[in-house]
Amino acid sequence: MAELPQAVRGFGVTFATMFKKVVTEQYPEQAAKFPPKPRYHGRHQLNRWADGLEKCIGCELCAWACPADAIFVQGADNKEGDRHSPGERYGRVYQINYLRCIFCGLCIEACPTRALTMTNEFELADNNRADLIYEKQDLLTPLLPGMLAPPHEMVPGTTDTDYYANKITGSVPEQVVAADAERVIP
Amino acid sequence: MTITSSAGSDITPQAQLVTIVVDGVAIQIPKGTLVIRAAELLGIEIPRFCDHPLLEPVAACRMCLVDIEGVPKPQPACAQVVSDGMQVRTQLTSPIARDAQEGVMEFLLLNHPLDCPVCDKGGECPLQNQAMSAGRPESRFEGEKRTFPKPINVSAQILLDRERCVSCARCTRFAEQIAGDPMLELLERGVRQQVGTAADQPFDSYFSGNTVQICPVGALTSAAYRFRSRPFDLVSVPTTCEHCASGCSLRTDHRRGTVTRRLAWDEPAVNEEWNCDKGRFAFTYQELGRVETPLIREDGQLRVASWPEALDFAARGLAAASSHGVLVGGRSTIEDAYAYARFARVALKTDNIDFRVRDSSDEEAQFLRSSVAGTAVRTTYETLEKAPVVVLIAFEPEDESPIVFLRLRKAARGGTRIYSVGAAATRGLAKMRGTLIPAKPGAEAAVLAELAEHVRVDLSTPGAVIMVGERIAGVEGGATAVLELARATGAALTWVPRRAGERGALDAGALAGLLPGGRPLTDDSARGAVAAAWGVDSLPATVGLAGTALLTAARDGAIGALITAGVELADLPDQILGRTAIEAVGFVVALENHHSAVTELADVVFPVAVVTEKSGTFINWEGRPRPFAQAFKDALVMSDAVVLGMLASAMNIVVGASDVAGIRRELGALGAWPGPRAEQPSSPAGQVVQGAYLVATWRELIDSGVMQEGEPYLAATAHAVAATVSVTTAGALGNPELVTVTGPLGSVTVSLQIGDVVDGVVCLPLNSPGCALYRDLGVRSGQAVTIEGAV
Repeated sequence: MAELPQAVRGFGVTFATMFKKVVTEQYPEQAAKFPPKPRYHGRHQLNRWADGLEKCIGCELCAWACPADAIFVQGADNKEGDRHSPGERYGRVYQINYLRCIFCGLCIEACPTRALTMTNEFELADNNRADLIYEKQDLLTPLLPGMLAPPHEMVPGTTDTDYYANKITGSVPEQVVAADAERVIP
Repeated sequence: MTITSSAGSDITPQAQLVTIVVDGVAIQIPKGTLVIRAAELLGIEIPRFCDHPLLEPVAACRMCLVDIEGVPKPQPACAQVVSDGMQVRTQLTSPIARDAQEGVMEFLLLNHPLDCPVCDKGGECPLQNQAMSAGRPESRFEGEKRTFPKPINVSAQILLDRERCVSCARCTRFAEQIAGDPMLELLERGVRQQVGTAADQPFDSYFSGNTVQICPVGALTSAAYRFRSRPFDLVSVPTTCEHCASGCSLRTDHRRGTVTRRLAWDEPAVNEEWNCDKGRFAFTYQELGRVETPLIREDGQLRVASWPEALDFAARGLAAASSHGVLVGGRSTIEDAYAYARFARVALKTDNIDFRVRDSSDEEAQFLRSSVAGTAVRTTYETLEKAPVVVLIAFEPEDESPIVFLRLRKAARGGTRIYSVGAAATRGLAKMRGTLIPAKPGAEAAVLAELAEHVRVDLSTPGAVIMVGERIAGVEGGATAVLELARATGAALTWVPRRAGERGALDAGALAGLLPGGRPLTDDSARGAVAAAWGVDSLPATVGLAGTALLTAARDGAIGALITAGVELADLPDQILGRTAIEAVGFVVALENHHSAVTELADVVFPVAVVTEKSGTFINWEGRPRPFAQAFKDALVMSDAVVLGMLASAMNIVVGASDVAGIRRELGALGAWPGPRAEQPSSPAGQVVQGAYLVATWRELIDSGVMQEGEPYLAATAHAVAATVSVTTAGALGNPELVTVTGPLGSVTVSLQIGDVVDGVVCLPLNSPGCALYRDLGVRSGQAVTIEGAV
């Protein structure tokens, strides 16, 4: 066979590729088809104990560990009638600045209560800076069945140690009653 | 920290030197030094918890164990005195010492809750740090940790977490040895050992905050700072305390534009390593009720104005008036006070200026001009410590200058005899082991004139000191008698004002008849020199109005325009006079950082900086400059001096530098006045007021002062408000539980307390919650009241 002109031979690659398996993942059309790997470092979340109390104790170790200075935490005192976490202290203010975060995961390693973990969510884009500073309410996990929104007391008869030992399985009616009473009475 | 502060106390050059060897390095060191200090001098750090250079050794924590040759067991370096030829091996060279320290650390951590994430000390904790440097990675303890309920309040402000305590006894030793408030004690034994207070006696010491600072673990924390931040969040700035004339060095920690806490900073010559709770906790006022923009009065109402508009308005108002006055308050830095002194003389061409917005007298003004203003530092904290005798007159150091109190107490523990001329042997005097020289309020001058011979002899010993408080202004003939006593005995005389800015304002010439550096206005050469320095042809030559005379003239319409700066009308004994005076003045310019009674009456209000927003210098009672830097570097609020400079520009007058560096240069160039001083006062001793009960009163350290606003925990540690009388007086009243004290303006009902008070005198706090004498009763010290038992 005679030598094909160079220009036509080049199209051979093009035509051959048309019949190969497509490796391009179509985003966002096929996003559900290609989820991130389970260990992917995505947006953070603040976890709750089984009864709904927050795991975060406002210790700021995440902020300390952060190499990008993306986390701002301010602790506060759990007061009678205003309990957000077991024990003495809770995180009153919790902010992660996703303009700064480099998703290294040092913060979740530093967390002493496993309050801070990372999800697989990676769709963190916006058209303004302010919305990329996530506040506590943006980061807290939703309430699962059996959880009661804080503030409320610990499960009667338990201490913070029981929470840390994972002995709490869910909120109990007494907590619901007490919390409701507090919310109803002005 | 340690080396500097111990330099004055346990290392003296005259001492006999011995040679010891630490880790193979020889050092010559004075006999009697502790091994731990010798190691420090060599740069060898031995871990420790209980050791503190200003507290007596106790060897309670056992962390500093070292191996000493010839001694069978490891010895605590913090309690071991050096001896000649001693061979010490620390953890760095001796496996025995290392093993001993690791063992001690393991014991200390047995019951420690390891709750560092929720502990306020986390990040700056000696236990955390030394567990890493001198502990084993693993504990062999497998039992249950001892627990306590946590935290408990030892006072409204101080919280105790007993689980974290390592029983080092720093807090209890501080309370007993330094503050003299031994309300904290180690209770129980063995594993139950804990710090505690008596059930009915909280740790309401004026110095309680220091225990939080020196606690080497997180056992003592303060309610005010609880969970506020972590040390790595904070920007730390060295500052000077703005509350009293003690002049403490502080460290201000701030985060995101808010001060989170203040700590006592190390200044061996002044506050050593301590401060009082007011200096530590009372800073929340800085953010409350601030004047944020210039305000001008239009149709009877204050409205927001731009700076140029307000400056122009103020300039026109000041220029239109034919007579002027300036009230500086007692809180300004020397730079700001100097700016007022200069502005009054150069721009307003008046000498009607006074910094004493409080009880004051002409006699006091004469005393200050002749004997205090611009004098060199003579009596210092160190002088006090070494003085054989100190006589206090119209001065209650624990309330009015707490660091002076701490130093006097230290002196008293070293043998200084302390006398107090006053109406009551107070708690503070008892803690200084002082003796009361009883004097009814108003009779101090007469008592000083007839002082017992042994006190006079005592005062004649070299190094004796007479300390006179600002309350001498309320004693007729008091200043004259004090000067006479100092002259007759040769004792050093020192004036201790209560507010931080008073001495600076005096040195800056913010008082009628006085120019900067103690120059008398009436002295032609002094006045000429200042006029030349200020670039004007002449300065007002006649002494202007000050104090009550200035206010009275204002009330009578003789003052056309008035400038006020940091004036709190409630500080004036005659509050009606104060208010009517300000109201009667045609044009009032207020340079204030907070809204107050004065800003309500002013025609123009300019916002000025608080101490965190400017730099400056306070002059403490010694006369020692205590400069401080601006804590908030990006603060946009201007200092008084800068605003005055702008105001002068608006009036088309040149007044010279208005920045801190420039004013310091001007003040430095003027210097102190070497020439003849103003004349000393010579007033006859006053008569004691006739009346069944006379009031003796002063401001308590923690009271209703406006600079303590917004700090409820501090307020809760104030001493209980009570009327204190002698047993005889209480008996005459029928020993009621509550008494109603009545003065010209009204009455207050307070509980009755029996104390060592002169008969016929009732001691009341001047400005405490529920007992503000000027406002509620209309009386000042030495005036008569009626007392009745109340039900």
